[in-house]
This record gives sequence, structure tokens and C-alpha cells, in this order.
Amino acid sequence: MEEGAVYSQHVTQSADAYAIIHEKFGDAVSAFDANETMPFFEVIDLAQWQNIALFMRDHPKLRFNYMACLSGVDYQAEGKVGIVCNLESLGELNHRIAVKLKCDRTGGSIPSVSCVWHTANWHEREAYDMYGMTFSGHPDMRRILCPDDWEGFPLLKDYKVQETYHGVKVPF
Amino acid sequence: MQELDKAGQGSIRVTRKSANVVVLEKDLATEQMVLAMGPQHPSTHGVLKLECLTDGEVVTEAEPYLGYLHRCFEKHCENVDYPGIVPYTDRMDYLAGMNSEFAFCVAVEKLLDIEIPRRVEFIRVLVAELNRIASHLVAIGTYAIDLGAFTPFLFCFRDREHILGLLEWASGARMLYNYIWVGGLAYDAPADFPKRVQEFVDYFKPKTRELFRLLTENEIFVKRTKGVGIMPADVAINYGWSGPMLRGSGVKWDLRRNDPYSIYPELDFDIPVPDGKFSEIGDSLSRHLVRALEMEESLKIIEQCLEKMPSSEGFDPRAAIPKRIRPKAGEVYGRAENPRGELGFYIMSDGKSTKPLRCKARSSCFVNLSAMKDLSRGQLIPDLVAIIGSIDIVLGEVDR
Repeated sequence: MEEGAVYSQHVTQSADAYAIIHEKFGDAVSAFDANETMPFFEVIDLAQWQNIALFMRDHPKLRFNYMACLSGVDYQAEGKVGIVCNLESLGELNHRIAVKLKCDRTGGSIPSVSCVWHTANWHEREAYDMYGMTFSGHPDMRRILCPDDWEGFPLLKDYKVQETYHGVKVPF
Repeated sequence: MQELDKAGQGSIRVTRKSANVVVLEKDLATEQMVLAMGPQHPSTHGVLKLECLTDGEVVTEAEPYLGYLHRCFEKHCENVDYPGIVPYTDRMDYLAGMNSEFAFCVAVEKLLDIEIPRRVEFIRVLVAELNRIASHLVAIGTYAIDLGAFTPFLFCFRDREHILGLLEWASGARMLYNYIWVGGLAYDAPADFPKRVQEFVDYFKPKTRELFRLLTENEIFVKRTKGVGIMPADVAINYGWSGPMLRGSGVKWDLRRNDPYSIYPELDFDIPVPDGKFSEIGDSLSRHLVRALEMEESLKIIEQCLEKMPSSEGFDPRAAIPKRIRPKAGEVYGRAENPRGELGFYIMSDGKSTKPLRCKARSSCFVNLSAMKDLSRGQLIPDLVAIIGSIDIVLGEVDR
């Protein structure tokens, strides 16, 4: 956070939560991005993600018990794909924070947190379906919205739709 | 305790431990059967497929299969500008189009950081609450049909028709409105609109009580839903449940109060949660009860909106709409309370384009439905129908 800048209450709450996480995990997490619309930090050491998630859910001063959303994102310029998790302490401490993770565009893998928040189960399947990154440790890593034998990952920026699907012409 | 004897194959004891836990004890394993419910099945409320592994009448495992109605909402969003996305959001949750538009506009306006005229806000809340009632009427009506009661369905659809008529008058469409725009509204409300809405409120108030007598307090209905599909509060939160589903589990959580947007902080309304006297907390009946009670709260909000709404003199519903909607570079997660729960939009803008770089819709039904596998374990097949109905899914929003 910048010196002298004025932040609204929900950003300072997120910053306080981040400070606890940073103290515990140090360099595994990036610096805190204190913007007004969606304050976030990034997990740099992907291997730590499950530990960070569990810590965030169970620490008495964090209690992020609710995963509101998990979205896949294509960072084409960086050659990466990633996810953004919006977390919240529902009914307990009422603070929010977003967490970002990035992995390689082809064959990238992120540890699954579906054992920490059940919400992540279907959302991770959707991220895999649309962007192609896998989630290691996920109990049921299949496509969810597209058919199982669909080719390619539709939400990648350079996606080319397949010509035919089971003999039916796809683009119209 | 019930004992089933299959000639010469040993016996199976079916014990009902509590209302929703059935225990099978068997001397010899029965043959498990795969039963596909859907994608064309009246009780799945659309094109949802449930592949159930059944042991006699008991479902041991039910796996939902989605995607039959996938229309690439998120891919489309990356190719149209912000005002062009609004009609697509209508087609997600087609039973509550106004609420979907509202949620999307709340998210984009958060990123744009613009001031919305007060009358616009009041009209938005007014139409969104009308649509919430219409949506709950469909939910309750179709739930009654699932459980074998036909009359409440007809009553609900009769009353819903009045709301659709009002919304058609305001927007020009019955279900897919494109009425709430980013920064404003498509049109001002018609001159006599508040009067007609007041007439509807006066008409509908006694009808909510009628619905209670007809369905909610109906002995057969209560027997079918009480204690079926119980979801404890902490598990519900871990599954990411929201809206009437979460409130049915006894958590007093409503985004209109807990993450307020628009003019909701100025309005006075209650958040109904079950107290455990009439239903068991977290069961299907609780979820139905929350919806039924919420309609009365929506009526309260509508009346307050009519009372406090600024006059239409010199009002231009499109005055605050930016010439070109091009948010600054950044991300936002904006959300609103839909009839089915938290509808959120994660929007990413690069600051240069009039199209979003990424627009993800966090669908409430999608998240609520993900608990189906846990809820269905060990249930009887008719109870499975009662559980699916209580989740109140709209497949347009699940699949997007």
C-alpha cells in the first residue's frame, strides 16, 4: 500500500488480512495490490497454495470460509493462464480478498483447493474446461460444460473452433 | 422398520433412522441399477441429467451432468461491448431477467465509478423486486407440481402474469427485457406505472396468504418436504450456497443487507430465516418457506419505492449513461442478490477497449447445484425429486 494514500474501509480490512498471510508465508505470496475495486495478492509459490488456502480458512483472524467465485483468466501477453479466487469471511469477520495464481499456458497445473472449499470443485472443472490448466489433486478432473470429446479450450484468446463435431459442421 | 424378502436371495432391511437417513442392511448385495433422470425429465426443470446409481428405491450416488444449454456467454462477452452484454444476461436466468441485468450493471458501474440518478435507482429496485416475486412464483408453482399438487401451479402462474404484464408495459418485452442499462434505464417508467403497481400490490397481498393455506401449510406437502435433504449451515457455506438456499439453512445472509448496493440501505425489510418450529432448519421445506416469506418482503420494498420515488419531472433515464463505456484498466467482482442467490460478475478491463477482456458470470444455481451429489446420497427416488425442486435451478444460468 502506498504511503499517504486514503483507502476505504474494505481495502484496509483486506490489507490487514494480507499482512497475516504475508507474515506466515513470506515470499510465497506477492505484494498486496490495494486497488478500490478488487484488492488482491498473487501466490507465487504454487506448491504452497493448498497450505495458504487452509491457513486462510482456519486462522481465527482470517476465517475465509466462503469462496464466492473462481474464474479462469488467459494472460496471453505473459504466456500464462491463471485463476482468480474471490474469498470472503461470510457471517464471521466480513472481509474480502482476491487471490491470483498463474501457470504455464500449455500443460500448466495448479494445486486443487476443492478439499478446502467445496465450491472450488465445479469451478476448477470449469476453468479446466475453458482454459486447459489442470488442477492436481482434484477428485474428478473432467470437462463440465463442453462435451468430453470437445477439442481445444474455448476461452483461450487464440482458440480456433473445430471444423466438425461428430460429422456436424460447427461454425455457422 | 421394513423387511423386504426377495425370494431365496436373503433379506434386505430398510430402516429409516430419521426423516432423511435411510439405512440398508442386507445379507446379500442387490444388483445396482443405473437410472438416468433427464436430460428430458419434468422434475429436472430443464435439460439437466442426473445419473443415479440406485439400490432398489434408494439412490446411492447421483452425478449431475450439465452443459446441454451452454451458449458460450463468456466467449460472447469478449466480442461485444458492455451495453451489448446486457441482453445476454437476460438469457442466463430467464425467469429473473431484471435481476441479472441489475447485477451486471452494478458490477460495471463499480468499475466505471459513476453516479446514478436517484429515480433510476428506485425504478431499478422496483422492477427487480417485481421480478423477484415473479421468479419465486415460478419456483413455488413448479415445486408444487413436482410434488403432485396442480392447483398452486395455476394460481402462481395467474399472478405471475400480472407482473409480466407490468414489466412488458415498462420495457416492451415479457421475459427478456434489456431494460436496465449501464448507467441508466432504457426508458422511464410509464406515467401510470406506480398506480398500476400499487393495484397489483393490493391484489397480491391476500394471495400470499392464500398460497400459504393452499400449499405451505398443506399436510401432504409438509410430509413430502419436511426433513428431506437437510443441509447444515457450515456445509452450506463451504459449498458456496447463497440466497434462499443459504437462508434456508438458518444463515441470515442477504447481499441487499450485507454487501449493500443501490438504494437498499434506505429501505426497510426483513430477511426471513426459518426458526425451526414449522420446519427442520436446512431442509427442503425451509427453503420453500424462505421463498414464500420473501415475496411478502418484496411487496414491502415495492411499496416503499412507490412512496419515496422522486417525480419524473425533467427526468432523463439515459442522462448518466456515458457516451462510450470504456472502464479504466482494472478488475472488479460485482454482485447482487438474485432470486436464486448471489449472481456475481468478474470483469477485467484493459482500459483501452470497449469490450471486456474477461467477463465471468458466477451463477448462483451452478454453485447451489454442486451440492447435489452430497444431498442425494441415501435418499429415496421421490425425495430426490423434492430436493432438486427445492434447489430451484434455472438451467439457462447453470450452463450459461
